[in-house]
Parts: sequence; structure tokens; C-alpha cells
Amino acid sequence: MMTSTTVRTSEAVLREESPQRGPGRARRRRTPVTWVRGGGLSTLVIALPLLLVFGLFSWFPIVRAVVMSFQFTNLVTPAEWVGLENFTYVLSDPLLTTAVRNTLWFALLALVLGYPVPLVAAVLMSEVRRMRGLYAALAYLPVVVPPVVAVLLWKTFYSASETGVFNTIAGWFGLGPFPWLQDQAWAMPSLVLEATWAAAGGTVIIYLAALTGVAPELYDAAEVDGAGVWRKVWHVTMPQLRGVLFVTFILQIIGTAQVFTEPYLFTGGGPANSTTTVLLMIYNYAFGGRGDYGAATALSLLLALVLAVLSAVYFKLTSRWSS
Amino acid sequence: MAVVTTPAPRRPAGRRRAPASEPERGIVSDADRRRRSVRWPLRASHVALLVALVVVGLGPILWLAKAAVTPTQDTLRTPMALFPHGVDWANLSEAWSRFEIDHYFGNTMWLALGSWAVQLVVAVTGGYVLSVLRPAYGKVLTALVLGTLFVPAVVLLVPLYLTVLDVPFVHVSLINSFWAVWLPAGASAFNVLLVKRFFDNLPREIFEAARVDGAGPFRVGWSIVVPLSKPILGVVSVFAFIAAWKDFLWPLLVLRDVDKQPLSVRLPALESYVELDVFLAALAISTAIPIVIFLIFQRTFLRGAGLGGAVKG
Repeated sequence: MMTSTTVRTSEAVLREESPQRGPGRARRRRTPVTWVRGGGLSTLVIALPLLLVFGLFSWFPIVRAVVMSFQFTNLVTPAEWVGLENFTYVLSDPLLTTAVRNTLWFALLALVLGYPVPLVAAVLMSEVRRMRGLYAALAYLPVVVPPVVAVLLWKTFYSASETGVFNTIAGWFGLGPFPWLQDQAWAMPSLVLEATWAAAGGTVIIYLAALTGVAPELYDAAEVDGAGVWRKVWHVTMPQLRGVLFVTFILQIIGTAQVFTEPYLFTGGGPANSTTTVLLMIYNYAFGGRGDYGAATALSLLLALVLAVLSAVYFKLTSRWSS
Repeated sequence: MAVVTTPAPRRPAGRRRAPASEPERGIVSDADRRRRSVRWPLRASHVALLVALVVVGLGPILWLAKAAVTPTQDTLRTPMALFPHGVDWANLSEAWSRFEIDHYFGNTMWLALGSWAVQLVVAVTGGYVLSVLRPAYGKVLTALVLGTLFVPAVVLLVPLYLTVLDVPFVHVSLINSFWAVWLPAGASAFNVLLVKRFFDNLPREIFEAARVDGAGPFRVGWSIVVPLSKPILGVVSVFAFIAAWKDFLWPLLVLRDVDKQPLSVRLPALESYVELDVFLAALAISTAIPIVIFLIFQRTFLRGAGLGGAVKG
């Protein structure tokens, strides 16, 4: 992991001088025998696990996804080419608008709740001198809880009865009882709250790592110029974290666009489809009894395309500011 | 998005490990700390942060631990009271044996171990080929592996399921077999690139010297590359283990046989027919194990999580 420039240069020198590699070998006549003698076969054997696993379980399914989206497949009747029918079918599904709106709503709420909190926590934490490990461990603890357990536990917390955990706590402050998962307007924010609890710790640790990487000389320089604590945060820390912040932003969007466990386990998409997300729709097309694999892959490709365009535009826009 | 960069530490490595000698500085300078207008708000913020972290991070887990040994009626009527009608230890043993948490826990462990092994084999051999052996097709291969990072997981869901249902060439179904989880877990471009990147930074003289001494690619790989790669294998192992432990949707799809299912798939099913106190005990047991593992390997976990950001960045 630890790199130093001396290693890199010696490596470069070796590559140029080494007689076994580079143009020298390529100029010799290549036959299968020289290939085997030169270690080509052993290399191929060592590469075999990667080739097999990626070939069968990554590259092949990716190609297959594209092919399948133009086919009608239900595994019972043979696959049929149907052109763009899967896409038009998916796009005209009345549920799609709801699912897209719900997914966007989830992503927006997750950003509002989940983006600033870890940043503030990490900046505060980086100034802790004693027991910083304890702070980090506490923040990371929810990430260690298996997601399914976290969802099922929070489902208990969200009990809509007056003696539910959260309603009891709300009662201490004279609030509630709230309907939580039972109500169309409350269900999605409840999901996001749990998802944020489960994920924020990971982001905190990423920011902490980035914060320790900020060169101390920058703070020294800011102080010489008479900057106070707030100005240092604003003019040194934030610009230094810009790269990480940009990346976690888009990664969070990509992650929330594919949210599944929360809506599936909390509400199954209800009440009245108020938590049906795009991925839940994909799951229902393929595994919800219909077995419409073509429509499912068509929708997942559309989602991937939107995400790809979004990230491309995002990186185009941010590359100007982050340099 | 997928630019794999090792975190280039500006300060000496292992700084986290030695918090006692803290010459490093952050936003607040020593001079700032001496000023009262800075010192008190700073301390207050640390206390507030600690309280918030304990309440939010630890609170739900402590509640679960309490509820696991509380009778159902108490949990339903007075969820925040501390054992108004005594402790019910039997919940734990009932969850463990009658609802076979031990069995499903074993499945989870078995799934995690297999995924871990497959991921290590693929990542180490792949990284070795792409970084050290560098065959003519290496560049193409690297690009193909890198490319999969840009494909969101959702695209793979259905075609991967159909592939597992009928594996090409061999035409066997892996449904209800642990291999259906183990093998796809190995196709992690993130791991391969992490290991490749690590090998790229090893001094090449070592490999050249071994080659001059007459060691073939297998010998170099086994006697030199594998022992050298211990630090990165720790990180990959932690990632592999966590991912396998958390996995829900994929095992739900491919392990239809109840007997083969891991805890994560089994728990939601239990919810419908197990009494609340025993169910919460089952949840507590499923949480306790990863938390213990986390507390033991805390440093590797947190370093790995921070590294994850650096790699993604």
C-alpha cells in the first residue's frame, strides 16, 4: 500500500533494461512452443480463476442483459425477439411514474438527512484528541449490524401503537403517537431515517481518513494570514475535502437509486405503493410471480443508463471545480 | 469513479496506531486551544458528539440487548422500561435451539467463508497476472475487469440469476447450492484492482531476482507474492466477510431451500410466526456476532472503510 517514488523509478528502469520483456521478445518469432516455454501457459493457468469467474458471472451476464432486454423470456416458452417491446411496455407501466417519483424522493431525503450529518460529525471528530478511536467505533457500530437485522429492529421501533418505542419517546416530549410506516406520507421518511442510521458511519470514516490527509502546513499558512477556526474550516478543510465530497455525493445517488432491502422488508412497497422503488419494480417483474425477465432487464438497463448519464454529466460539471 | 489510488500519506505510515505521540495538528491549533472562546465550545461539541453517538449509535443496540431478555408483554406495553417484570433468559436459548438460529448461523458462516476463499483466490491470482506476469492480453483484461465497476449491480440481478439457473457450457443449476453465492462473489473488480494496485507498488527486483534464481511463475507466486500480500489480504478479507454477512437479496433468490438459507434470509421469515421476545432474541444473537468480530478487528475494519473511500475516490 505504501508507495514511494524510488520504487517507481527503479521499476521503470528495470522495465527498459530487462532483456526478457519489452520489444526484444516481441521481435523473436512466436510459435506455440516459444509461448509455452516463455511461461505463457503457466500465466494462462494462473489467470484461469479470474477468467472463469468474471467470464461466467460478470461479463457473460452483462452481455446477456443487453440481449435479454430485446427478448421475451419467461423460461417456459423459448425466448423470442420482440424488438423494443420490453422498453415500451416498461415505460408505459402506470406504476413506473410512481416508482421513479418514490426513488427520487428517497434519494432527496437521504441526501438532506445523510449528507451533512456525517461531514459535521467527522470534522468535529477529527479535533478530538483523546479516545478518537472510541468515537469512530461508536459511529461505525450501526454499519456492522447486518442490514436485515437493522430493518427488522427498526420495524419494531416504528410500531404505530401508542406504546411503540419511538412513540413512547415522542410521548416524553408531548408528541405523537405517529403512524410511521402505516401512513403514505410518513412511510418513506421512516425508511430513509433507518437507511441513514445504517450507512452514515461508513461515510464518517471515509471523511475522517480524508481529514487526516489534509496537509498541516495549509492550516499553518492560514493562521499566518490571521484565519480563525471557522475560516480555516471554510477555506482550508472544505476545499481539501472537495474531491471526496464530490465522489460520496454521486456514490450516494447511485446507491439510493438501487435501494431494495428497506422498502422490501419494511413495507413491501406499501402503503398504497408509496414506497415502491424502481428496484422493487424490477424485482416484482422478474420474481414477483410473473417471471417477465425481459421487462425486468429492460428496466434495469434503463436505470443503469440514467445513472451513467447522470454520473457523466456530474463529473463533467465537477471536474471544473475540483481541479 | 473507479480510479484506484492508494492513499498517499503525507505523514509517516502508522500514525493512527500511535495516538500517544500526537505531533500532528488539525483545524484547531494549540494557540487556538488556549483561547477560552475556542476551548469551551470545542469541549462542549465533543461532549455533545459523544452523547449523540452513544444515543444514536449504541442506543438501538442496547435496547435490542435489553429486549432480547424481556418478556413480550413488557416490550409491547412499556418498551423503554428496564425489566419491570424480571428477566427472561430463556428467550435466548429458545431462539438459539428451537428456531435453529444455530443452524442458520452456521449457513451464514459457511457462505461467508466460501465467498471469502473464492474472492481471495480470484483477487490474488488475478492481481498477480495483471500486475507481475503482464501477458500480452493483460491490458485488455485489466480494462474488462475495470469496466465491470461501472455496471451497477441492478443490471446483473436478473441475467446472473438465469446464469446460475443454467450455467453455460456445463449446464448445471446452482440453485440451492452454496456455489451460487460463492462464485459470483469472486467476480469483484474492486478486490482485483485493489490487489493489483498493491502488487504494482512492490519492488520488481524481488520478482526478477527470483526469476534469475530459476523460479517459475507458480513458484514466484506461491513463495514470494502470496507472503508479501498479507497486508492487502487483510483488507480484502474484511470486505469479503462483511459483504457476505450483509448479503440479502442474492441468497434470497438462489437459496430457496430453507435448510440452506443464511440468517439474513431466514430472519424476515421468522418474524411472522415467532413470538416477539424470542424474535428479538434471535435478532440480538445475529447482531452480537458481527459486533464481537468488529470489536476484535476494529483497526482493520476502520482502516479498510477509510481505504474504501480512497479507492473509490
